[in-house]
Amino acid sequence: MTIAPLADNDRIFTNVYGFQDWGLKGAQMRGDWDNTAALMAIGQDAIIDAVKASGLRGRGGAGFPTGMKWGFMPKEPKPGKPNFLVINADESEPGSCKDREIIRHDPHKLIEGALIAGFAMRARAGYIYIRGEFIREAETLFAAVQQAYDAGLLGKNAAGSGYDFDLFVHRGAGAYICGEETAMLNSLEGKKGFPRLKPPFPAGAGLYGCPTTVNNVESIAVVPTILRRGAAWFKGFGREKNEGTKLFQISGHVNKPCVVEETMSIPFRELIDRHAGGIRGGWDNLLAVIPGGSSVPLVPAAQIMDAPMDFDGLRELGSGLGTAAVIVMDKSTDIVKAISRISYFYKHESCGQCTPCREGTGWMWRMMERLREGNADVGEIDLLWDVTKQIEGHTICALGDAAAWPIQGLIRHFRPEVERRILEKEGRTLKAAE
Amino acid sequence: MPRVKVDGVELEVPQGATVLQACELAGKEIPRFCYHERLTIAGNCRMCLVEVKPGPPKPQASCALPTSEGQEIVTNSLTVKKAREGVMEFLLINHPLDCPICDQGGECDLQDQAMAYGRGHNRFHENKRAVTDKYMGPVVKTIMTRCIHCTRCVRFAEEVAGAEEIGAINRGENMEVTSYLEGAVTSELSGNVVDLCPVGALVSKPYSFEARPWELRKIPGIDIMDAVGSNIRIDARQREVMRVLPRINEDLNEEWIHDKTRHAVDGLLRRRLDRPWVRRDGKLQPAIWGEAFEAIAERVRGAGGDEVAAIAGDLCDVESMYATKALLGRFGSKLHECRQDGAKFDVSAPAAYRFNSTIAELEIAPVILLVGANPRWEAPLVNTRIRKAVKAGARVFHIGPEIDLTYPVTHLGGDLSALGTLSQEVRDAFTGRENTALIVGMGALVHDGAYEAARTAATVLGATFNLLHTAAARMGALDLGFVTDGGVDAIRARAGALRALFLLGVDETDLSAFADTFTVYIGTHGDQGAKVADVILPAAAYTEKHGTYVNLEGRVQISEQAVDPPGEAREDWTIIRALSDVLGRTLPFDTLSQIRAAIAAERPHLAVTGISAVEPLAAAKGPAPSVQGAIAYPVQDFYLTNPIARASPTLQRCSEEILHGQTFQEAAE
Repeated sequence: MTIAPLADNDRIFTNVYGFQDWGLKGAQMRGDWDNTAALMAIGQDAIIDAVKASGLRGRGGAGFPTGMKWGFMPKEPKPGKPNFLVINADESEPGSCKDREIIRHDPHKLIEGALIAGFAMRARAGYIYIRGEFIREAETLFAAVQQAYDAGLLGKNAAGSGYDFDLFVHRGAGAYICGEETAMLNSLEGKKGFPRLKPPFPAGAGLYGCPTTVNNVESIAVVPTILRRGAAWFKGFGREKNEGTKLFQISGHVNKPCVVEETMSIPFRELIDRHAGGIRGGWDNLLAVIPGGSSVPLVPAAQIMDAPMDFDGLRELGSGLGTAAVIVMDKSTDIVKAISRISYFYKHESCGQCTPCREGTGWMWRMMERLREGNADVGEIDLLWDVTKQIEGHTICALGDAAAWPIQGLIRHFRPEVERRILEKEGRTLKAAE
Repeated sequence: MPRVKVDGVELEVPQGATVLQACELAGKEIPRFCYHERLTIAGNCRMCLVEVKPGPPKPQASCALPTSEGQEIVTNSLTVKKAREGVMEFLLINHPLDCPICDQGGECDLQDQAMAYGRGHNRFHENKRAVTDKYMGPVVKTIMTRCIHCTRCVRFAEEVAGAEEIGAINRGENMEVTSYLEGAVTSELSGNVVDLCPVGALVSKPYSFEARPWELRKIPGIDIMDAVGSNIRIDARQREVMRVLPRINEDLNEEWIHDKTRHAVDGLLRRRLDRPWVRRDGKLQPAIWGEAFEAIAERVRGAGGDEVAAIAGDLCDVESMYATKALLGRFGSKLHECRQDGAKFDVSAPAAYRFNSTIAELEIAPVILLVGANPRWEAPLVNTRIRKAVKAGARVFHIGPEIDLTYPVTHLGGDLSALGTLSQEVRDAFTGRENTALIVGMGALVHDGAYEAARTAATVLGATFNLLHTAAARMGALDLGFVTDGGVDAIRARAGALRALFLLGVDETDLSAFADTFTVYIGTHGDQGAKVADVILPAAAYTEKHGTYVNLEGRVQISEQAVDPPGEAREDWTIIRALSDVLGRTLPFDTLSQIRAAIAAERPHLAVTGISAVEPLAAAKGPAPSVQGAIAYPVQDFYLTNPIARASPTLQRCSEEILHGQTFQEAAE
């Protein structure tokens, strides 16, 4: 078990900063598309077994074991009902920017991964759903897919493997909710981006009613390297059940915000000190951290400092790894305003399909705005808590939970700050009245 | 058949049942807004949450969750109660709570369920959302601030009505349900969204601010706007019919009715004949009943068998036609006819003129051939069944002018000759399939030989032979034998020799041949027939009498009286009975039960509600006569097919706006 630092020769994304050519030639020099047919020759079930053995958990946020997900796909697709692979490149979570870097600088890792993953799950075709705002990235991806087609790496007898696989790039139109897997399928089909009811799960009836697996870009892009270097190599990083390497995206009040590949379970302090140049104003100036993108609850400084950055470690802190989008906030942060802004985001991005989220996100945001100014009653903090609990777990998709959790995190850890504002405001009005 | 436990009670549920259905089978009431039995499952209101084991440790939407063996469902736990209360609170925070001025008040799902799950007080201190009202056409009024976004209307328009004109725009709390470009919804079924709307967002425009549900008497009736015989509930207050709503009948209209059924009722108050009239010196003059009867008696006394005739209109009940036929029988006349549209077909056996497939069975038809029929306008609720069949994979072939039937059809040409030259593709589609149907419309049957050609085609294709009648009275009249050789043309030919012609609400045929004939019009509205009449006897409309009707399948149904006829108008059969006295040929029935007994004695099947069993139709023999002729559909304007509809301002406006593209400016409220 190796935990940080990740040696340079163990990095999967060797061009994450774009110092080299993103194109096919550059990718091949970095080892991509190196005898892909041989990787596929071990057989479909062997690939799935290898991914299972590597301990890879989905990098989109939920951390569901990738190999197990692939195993849900029908082994023999029915005629007229082909299997599909859908790759979620609708990276819209505030704080997340890893898929963007992969697509910008290492698109062939993703494309090769798509071929191998598609082959393993017997998919006839793959769809990459890329976020609408990613304009240059989409151009790169279109070009990269074309390069792969031109080189015979996709299409009929893809990469000489004898397997036919097509890959399509589909651009979204800028809705956060389309990053939810079933909303993405609706959007791909040309419908409104409303999440679907589950069951049926996509592996049973997904895109166009056919068995479908939706995977994150990073989950797919790491697969070729896992197969090349062996599942054991990948499993060698990080704590048990949280294995592998991971792209961390560090933003906020650090000296050098960056996207960096590290081993899972790296302690927070080491991650920041080694790669982000430390906290702005030193460790004593740290207020709180949102460790996994805007939808996970924040963790106050004292708890996060030495916590391992992985799925289970952060869950123990009442938060989550999410997409490993680490948002660092120092003591200059107006924490209530920050969470209020996140609430606004979820109010804006709620699709409006189901009641608790449609009505609740607006209510929560408006209350947060008043709490920000202290223009509220102390009792309303409990009311807000109650409202978050009324949304959480009662919605069709996880956006309701994602809207509720940041506020729960705030109330759990910063209730005194919220109360202080209310009392201060009351005090001022009293003085004015006198 | 999985076995599940609902609140500790074990029961067996049908395969594929949802958790909500299982709870209902167990007698548990599950609150819901978006779920509707006849629409796809949306699962968006989140009101029907229950706890299910095994499953994730959070409440599940029961409407969308399939049952599985050994499931344990809890509907009454604290978690469930809290979850539902939470959802109810969310629904109410942006709801205007303007129940005192809302037309849905008293029959509102949100009101009812708020009684069970609402908090007693308000915790929402922000501003409520306001939404601009949308324009959805002449029959649907919108107050969109009340909308709870259940999307029932959206799903209905798309799935049942086949008019994809209602949808939701924007997202999150800004989501708004609207019609396409805020135009009128061009479906003849659009009024149903008012029934579907669980709140007061979509309400009936003509009925707005008219009445409260608890003031209304609710009388079961039968619709006579077309031959389907949709089951309706007539809501009346004092002497006025306020509105018409569907009654559920799985065999006929399910729970839909079309806009003409729903909104013709304001025609019941206008252009009514409420006193007898007699033509003196070339002008119609008001009269009293005695004068009117005497005027008739003067002409008819001593008339011979071929000197009195009667034509039945489209809206007659069986009783009135029976009485008329009986009266004519006293004169020895057989000159009575009901096919005022001039359709020609075999009337010798019921199966020859029935809709033999039955409406409900049409759903399972794999192939359907429509000949000269426009079911969308002639019988919209038959059309929804065909649409259902098409959605289940059925193929529809169509002969007649091209029209939009809300589902894809294979068009075989607009001329009847296409019936004689059916392509191999059509034959192959029918070969070896069961429950196939051939539906002939009145548009085809006005042509000579069309009936025989269609019968032969049905035999060749192995399809069930169906006639799509357009008039509510037609099947009852045919079952009574209210027909004469040569049809209505035979009576026209005898116009000069007639001493008197009785018109039972005849308004849809050319009456110019009878300009010099002494005509007695017995009907409800001052329409075409009344113009040429020499004596007008005011009768009761369908909501004003007890009547028996036979629908196009041959289904006998009884409609009850909701209100009294206006003024001096009387129930039709009593008019005939009273007249028979004056003419000295008294008919032997004085009460409704006596005339029904008389009908039963003569035609026993008309005394039993439902479809009577009849001899199946024999296969057509011999070669089909070659037919040709351009088909014209009998219904030219869906909204104005009978005198009641023509008198209705709502339907006039529907016609002008939806069919003739006229736009109406509405004053801003």
